[in-house]
Amino acid sequence: MSDITLQAFMAQLTVGLIGGCFYAMLSMGLAIIFGLLNIINFTHGAQFMMAAFLAWIGLTQVGPWLGQPDLQVNFWLALVLAPALVAVFGMAIERTLLRRLYHLDHLYGLLLTFGVALVMEGGFRYFFGVSGQGYEPPEILQGPVDVGFMLLPKYRVFVVVASLLICFATWYLFERTKLGAYLRAGTENPRLLQAFGINVPVMITLTYGFGVALAGIAGVLAAPIMQVTPLMGGSLLNIVFAVVVIGGLGSILGAMVTGLGLGLIEGLTKVVYPEASTVVVFVIMALALLVRPAGLFGREA
Amino acid sequence: MAERPVVLETRGLEAWYGESHVLHGIDLAVREGECVTLIGRNGAGRTSTLRAILGLTDRRAGSVRVRGQEVIRLPPHRIARLGLGYCPEERGVYKSLTTHENLTLLPRLGGDGMPLSEVLAMFPNLAERADSYGGRLSGGEQQMLAMGRILTTGARILLLDEITEGLAPVIVEALGRAVSLLKSRGFTIVLVEQNFHFARHLADRHYVVEHGRVALEIPAADLAEREEEVGRLLGV
Repeated sequence: MSDITLQAFMAQLTVGLIGGCFYAMLSMGLAIIFGLLNIINFTHGAQFMMAAFLAWIGLTQVGPWLGQPDLQVNFWLALVLAPALVAVFGMAIERTLLRRLYHLDHLYGLLLTFGVALVMEGGFRYFFGVSGQGYEPPEILQGPVDVGFMLLPKYRVFVVVASLLICFATWYLFERTKLGAYLRAGTENPRLLQAFGINVPVMITLTYGFGVALAGIAGVLAAPIMQVTPLMGGSLLNIVFAVVVIGGLGSILGAMVTGLGLGLIEGLTKVVYPEASTVVVFVIMALALLVRPAGLFGREA
Repeated sequence: MAERPVVLETRGLEAWYGESHVLHGIDLAVREGECVTLIGRNGAGRTSTLRAILGLTDRRAGSVRVRGQEVIRLPPHRIARLGLGYCPEERGVYKSLTTHENLTLLPRLGGDGMPLSEVLAMFPNLAERADSYGGRLSGGEQQMLAMGRILTTGARILLLDEITEGLAPVIVEALGRAVSLLKSRGFTIVLVEQNFHFARHLADRHYVVEHGRVALEIPAADLAEREEEVGRLLGV
């Protein structure tokens, strides 16, 4: 192990941090949705993918479709529009499909969202194929930047900063504002909250939209880093579910801290014992569940 | 008393939890500024009556009128917005919210909610625990919080369910003082109470609920002479 240079170590840690940022953003959305809706949103990965695709379509396809090759929806615009569109799509699913399942077992919501994810992935596969599409980061974020111990693409630095900001803002919203107090109260006892005069059904729809929008933002941020393919969300989601379980289902802080932490641990494993890097998250999940069945940050143990 | 308008009225109110039919036709009429109790044995349907008024049972039928408006088909949040404040039997204090957040959470339902300072003056313990999470409060503090938070909303009709249950006498006294203060300020109060000793000094009228129906209605003035009849129905 002594032959590992500090530089290689830091480099892997940075790669891990970038992965952790995506885990954190995705798992926060899942945790918020699970908290209020009691539904494990298996569509989360497909919604992440859909946002990445919308960004790619906006940049490369919309112009030619409209017969105006110069027309482009640039990255910054996509960062707002794609998550918004995906959120609207998600809220339509909540209103028309998920709403009918709240009085049933968790399992039905899981099956439905899983089915919707398969349909979405199948649809994108049908129209765009499975080969990855490239997405150029905006010009201002192209090229490397010296972060002291290594040269890093500017875009990746941007992703880390942007996702940490989004995670912090989401945590602040949830834990420190009046709106967050409504969400926490609704997570604990939605029926009673409605008896106090809050329109809980609308709150549930908006919360689902918000969680999905977080996945959408992550998707657009991921487009220039990962290949844009119909399957990009599904593979990521496996790890994100492990993150949510380790952090404690429904815990916002848990999702954020665990997501970032696991990204770093994954990066570290790549330095020390690369063969284990794909399973380390699941080993930690098994250990965490043995020690704390409600998750590290779970409220009811 | 008789000239004041009826602000809460149920006619033939029936309710179900799943398949189980818990209310079989409750008739109540509460006038503005009145304090009435629902007394009866456990399982008689008193808590279900309050829940059915708010639309919290699985299904309900019959008629519920709030200030003359029929609400049987409205969702709970629309009913609450007509000015109903609900203090549930299990208190329903939000454990993941601080005392302060719990107190300021509920939306305003009317123009003249009690200022927070006044609520804290009524229940000084809550001021000391402002930053504690609801889950860390004692039973008595949770009860004061559950009462206090509906006063800030401007709700003028209060549905209070078993507010003295399992609490120390000194706290029961404080709650009794609070209820009589609210009454003197013109709040309309429906009290579900097991502790009849607590309720009899506060109420203008008593409804004895039995098997999901109102078995008896007694004005406070007649209570002394009908003590035996009430005792038989309550099983004491």
